[in-house]
Amino acid sequence: MTSKNISIRDLKLWYKDSQALHGVDLEISHNKVTAFIGPSGCGKSTLLRCLNRMNDRIPNCRIEGDILLDGKNIYDTDIDVVQLRTRVGMVFQKPNPFPKTIYENIAYAPRIHGLVSDGAKMDELVEYSLTRAGLWNEVKDKLQEPGTALSGGQQQRLCIARTIAVKPEIILMDEPCSALDPIATAKIEELIDELKKEFTIIIVTHSMQQAARVSDNTAFFYMGKLIEFGETRDIFTKPSQKQTEDYITGRFG
Amino acid sequence: MQHTMKRFDEEMIELKEHVLSMGGLVERAIGHAVKAMLNQDEKLALKTIERDRAINALEVQCDEMTRDILVRRQPAAGDLRFLLAIMKVVTDLERIGDLAASIAKGMIQSEESPPRNFSNLDTMGEKVQKQVQRALDAFSRSDADLAMSVIQKDVKIDKLYKRMYRELLTYMMEDARNITSSIILSDAAKHLERISAHATNIAEMVIYMEYGHDIRHVDHEAATKILEGKED
Repeated sequence: MTSKNISIRDLKLWYKDSQALHGVDLEISHNKVTAFIGPSGCGKSTLLRCLNRMNDRIPNCRIEGDILLDGKNIYDTDIDVVQLRTRVGMVFQKPNPFPKTIYENIAYAPRIHGLVSDGAKMDELVEYSLTRAGLWNEVKDKLQEPGTALSGGQQQRLCIARTIAVKPEIILMDEPCSALDPIATAKIEELIDELKKEFTIIIVTHSMQQAARVSDNTAFFYMGKLIEFGETRDIFTKPSQKQTEDYITGRFG
Repeated sequence: MQHTMKRFDEEMIELKEHVLSMGGLVERAIGHAVKAMLNQDEKLALKTIERDRAINALEVQCDEMTRDILVRRQPAAGDLRFLLAIMKVVTDLERIGDLAASIAKGMIQSEESPPRNFSNLDTMGEKVQKQVQRALDAFSRSDADLAMSVIQKDVKIDKLYKRMYRELLTYMMEDARNITSSIILSDAAKHLERISAHATNIAEMVIYMEYGHDIRHVDHEAATKILEGKED
């Protein structure tokens, strides 16, 4: 195990009295795309949100267990959550650019985190981030236009560029394509393939075909439990658990 | 357990039925071809050749059905393995059909009767037909043990062929007038040996379908190990 892996150990989570995660153990490899799949309410998004402590703000949410990043538990009391989120970025289901210019969407976070000051260095970072997100050529002549004026697919790539701008190690994606058409989806998927060279990517998706297309490893969750985790090619051709088989072949419920 | 999408189940069942009726035609063709050869029954030989067209048509039909399911259902796991297996199984069945037709054609070409005391082809024909039947049963019932027994028995068919070949050589050496009929019989035996090899392929696909393990081109010992590995 390299230190850059994420180790999830016996993770349990409760929303009030209802337990949403029942002791999840999972090792997520660096520079790989890991897909979380499972029916609604299986805990996949809850687990994803644990990875950058997005559940902290939910009242009555209680968490037990460890999530180790570089061998350090991200739930330790001395962890700075803001710092953590620069290391673990997130892209949401619906594109949510800031109501600012395209340029500002990218520059905002690096500026407030004091990573880069305005000027040529910032211009460089904006170009770098937009290029990595495969958006630069489409927006280079309109950086001062509002980000919200872009198409849905472009907005989502802008959000990915915004995530990349603070140079995270891990990018979490919560159904990043569910609001996009197939072409925009294909562009995001192509981007995911490209980005995994630099980042560790974890994607929650309801589309099993998407999980099969983009991920190296797949974790199947059901009722708050990790049922099966393995190489995507094995999960989709010869899963070892009957529940996984039933889910991915469309025999559930 | 059924698919949420019931039509998917129906399509899979329908496809399987098509494969099995193709299998039924193929089994019968083997029996008829051998019988035609041994009884010098030209009518039966012609019928066997004619019926091969139905087998070919079913192959095309099965392929179309498989293609439609692939494109519409985007199957995974066991469903995917079932369909991949079927694509190969129908190819083997079609080849078996061709081989049976070739045996029948051999009979028509021959102007001489097979040596009178030659009954080994009948035995071999029965055994090979049984191989095909068992392979299809294994497919139909998803019975990996039965499939393994088909694979193991193929060695015996090979031996049987070699024995027949040697026997036919002696006939030819004994009397040059036996040469033509012996060659035709030897060809028929060779075709039967090939049919058994195709039955083995089908059995291997049953194993793949059931366990997801590819045991083609590995020896028995290695295959057994692979299959034991899956048990843990």
